[in-house]
Amino acid sequence: MKFDLLSIGKAFLANFGLARIIILAFFIFLCIMAVVFQLDVAELLTSSLVRIGMWGVLVLAMLPAIRSGIGPNFGVSLGILCGLIGALTALEMAFRLRETVQFSGGVLFLLAILISIPFAVITGVFYGWLLNRVKGSEMMIATYVGFSMVSIMKIAWLFLPYTSPEMAWPIGRGVRVQISLAGRGITRLLNNFLSFNIGDVVVPTGLLLFFALMCFLVWLFMRSKTGVAMHAAGDNPRFSEAAGINVNRSRMIGTTLSTVLGAIGILVYAQSYGFVQLYEGPMFMPFVAVAAVLIGGASVKKATITHVVIGTALFLGIQVVAIPVANAFTTEWASMGEISRKIIQNGVILYALTQAGGE
Amino acid sequence: MGEPYLLQMKNIGKSYYGTQVLQDINLSLKPGEIHAIVGENGAGKSTLMNILFGMEVIHSTGGYEGEIHVNGKKEEIDSPQKAMEMGIGMVHQEFMLLPNFTITENIKLNRENLKPSFLSRVFGEKTKRLDFPTMNADARKALNKLDIDIEEYVMVAGLPVGYMQLTEIAREIDKTNVKVIVFDEPTAVLAESEAERLLEAMKIIAEEGIAILFITHRLDEVIAISDNITVLRDGKLVATKKAEETDASQLAELMVGRKIEKMVHGEERDFKNEIALKTQNLVVHMPGEKVKGVDLEIKKGEFFGIGGLAGQGKVGVANGIMGLYPGTGQVWINGKPLGLNSPSKSMARGLAYVSEDRRGVGLLLDSSVELNIVITSLQNQDKFLKNYGLLRLMDNKGIHQHALKMIKELDIRCTGPTQLVKRLSGGNQQKVCIARALTMQPDILFVSEPTRGIDVGAKRLVLETLVRLNDELGMTIIMTSSELGELRSVCDRIAIVSEGAIAGILRPGDPDADYGLLMGGKRKRRGA
Repeated sequence: MKFDLLSIGKAFLANFGLARIIILAFFIFLCIMAVVFQLDVAELLTSSLVRIGMWGVLVLAMLPAIRSGIGPNFGVSLGILCGLIGALTALEMAFRLRETVQFSGGVLFLLAILISIPFAVITGVFYGWLLNRVKGSEMMIATYVGFSMVSIMKIAWLFLPYTSPEMAWPIGRGVRVQISLAGRGITRLLNNFLSFNIGDVVVPTGLLLFFALMCFLVWLFMRSKTGVAMHAAGDNPRFSEAAGINVNRSRMIGTTLSTVLGAIGILVYAQSYGFVQLYEGPMFMPFVAVAAVLIGGASVKKATITHVVIGTALFLGIQVVAIPVANAFTTEWASMGEISRKIIQNGVILYALTQAGGE
Repeated sequence: MGEPYLLQMKNIGKSYYGTQVLQDINLSLKPGEIHAIVGENGAGKSTLMNILFGMEVIHSTGGYEGEIHVNGKKEEIDSPQKAMEMGIGMVHQEFMLLPNFTITENIKLNRENLKPSFLSRVFGEKTKRLDFPTMNADARKALNKLDIDIEEYVMVAGLPVGYMQLTEIAREIDKTNVKVIVFDEPTAVLAESEAERLLEAMKIIAEEGIAILFITHRLDEVIAISDNITVLRDGKLVATKKAEETDASQLAELMVGRKIEKMVHGEERDFKNEIALKTQNLVVHMPGEKVKGVDLEIKKGEFFGIGGLAGQGKVGVANGIMGLYPGTGQVWINGKPLGLNSPSKSMARGLAYVSEDRRGVGLLLDSSVELNIVITSLQNQDKFLKNYGLLRLMDNKGIHQHALKMIKELDIRCTGPTQLVKRLSGGNQQKVCIARALTMQPDILFVSEPTRGIDVGAKRLVLETLVRLNDELGMTIIMTSSELGELRSVCDRIAIVSEGAIAGILRPGDPDADYGLLMGGKRKRRGA
């Protein structure tokens, strides 16, 4: 064994990736600055944990997509839209049935998930069918499918027959831009479940547990026959054909699973946030999820649960810490936090795309 | 020896990364001579031409040994441009033509005749106009020389391949300084009548005093038109003959002749008359390896070889039967018909396949050794799965144990079943592929190019493994290989595929000349 600092450094660089090192360094720098500016570290940690839990499932939605070979799912907004339909339908049901039953927050949340899943499955199958027809340019097509569906749904939100007064505009038709979940027992339902404090840091146990549960389910799926076939189809389609695997079907399953996770992900996000955001809301959410999984070390061809967890923690952590640090630095730079987030988000996506071709 | 040589290559040698691929090649050309270079795939023909043409691959890997003399003067040919300046032209096997340009434009590309225009007086050379009348006239002249009656203003797209080839030749002879033209397997893509026409054209060119280097493996063509013939084998010059002093069978023997290392089955084995696999009029649309109607009968327990030159379709046979490329025709396994075009159906009938494209089709490079070994069986036979309540998941322990067993049996050198396959050497990767095929417990095993790209020691191990499987388990093995020596050392019978069909079936002990002739495209009556 030779201990040569340079070669160890090189190996580390190759394994860990330059982009990740820069981002990790930036995160550490932000954390140090937070301490230097005497920001409320406990508060920052608390909101970091919440953010991680909020976004976790959405980032996890990238995994089956990448594994099945369609690349990071830039069109996960389709799943998000299905989740939103589930949420609004559940709320509408609660309103229409208010005379007979009162839904608790938990039931409402479950109902929203159950309603959104069939939508997500149908959408996912169609979306997968489409992506099978555009092999090689899935990412670009996915982005534009996402954009167009969000735009089409902007019109739909105006016509769908939701009548509950909390949702509908007071005058005219359609649903509001942002619907509050207050007063239904659903706001922060997961966050508060088994929540406890470590010093001043509040741990959103339920939220993190739910994320962990989802990761576990995906992990289990990846160990099933279908999951293995999907992995092979994504890794080497020609090999898979020769091994008797239906590559197109596997890609469709991956896409569908990603869409379903997107739907569940937005519901987790909404219950933590306390609002359901419609119209523009889902437009740019996929980019955050894509950037997070890529920062975690995934590539457009390879992703693991570890990548999802590390990426979510790192990227969302930066988001939480960057804004107050920038504010503390100077008020004139108030938008620096947001700007740095965008630079990292788009920079990382760009970096990953340039790496896509080479091995 | 009165006439001066136009081109001389003296003691040419070349090695890639320590492997000697060419050694001591001497070649001399006089004006107007047609000189053929024949040899099997990998004999060094292309490397020699790459050296002559100053190709990048040669110079980025350390250049070549020996000297090249043009017109008696030593020259360093270090780029294709230099080669062209020296008057060396090349007609490529794949056409280097722009399909949406006319014949004239293709012939004159980058050497257009120019005439001054208004702009060129101000902006110089680059803005001169193309002189189409002169260009067309030049093109016509070149085409007439070749006796082609097609109009020079026709677009290349849609022309029959024969005309495309002739357009390429017209381009070369239009170059005013051209002294040597290299034809790299020009007749490989042509129909018979087109090929004859091409040979005529070559004679016409030679009469003009241009020397021709003709690379081919069609031996009768060689005899028909060459003045001199050089035979290469394994990177060495075997013989240079005058055409009138030799014949096809002598050339074939020179081309193939090599010691056969070891006959695994000392004597011819007898098989019961059980047919394991039968094909009738099997057609497989595999790009570059088209099979155009193959009839085979392979007996149970036989070690059957499929040989032939690259591009003739030998690789397509196994790919077609395994359903990897679309095919038509009839295939029977143990007397019952097999539906084509579905790998899973073929596997369900007890066939397994080790692909010739190890890294492309054969392996999941980014996955572990154990997953690579079990995945086909897991997907097609539902093995290595275990019930956990409602869920059926991978049986880690079972997979691990099976992988360890295979690693031991086939002597796969790796740090353990969880090592990534891409970190293994070529020979060990090949063994992983074989292990996967064996995990399927097949009745009939197809193996394509099992020793390609692996070192000599590993080659031997792989072949011995196959022989053992055939001997001990009675597995019918059908091995496709470009290396005749290898086929002859292990197989009971060897079918030679030429132009998408079986040219003949030989025994390993048959004379070299027979092999050479079949590979060279001469057909033999069936039933050897």
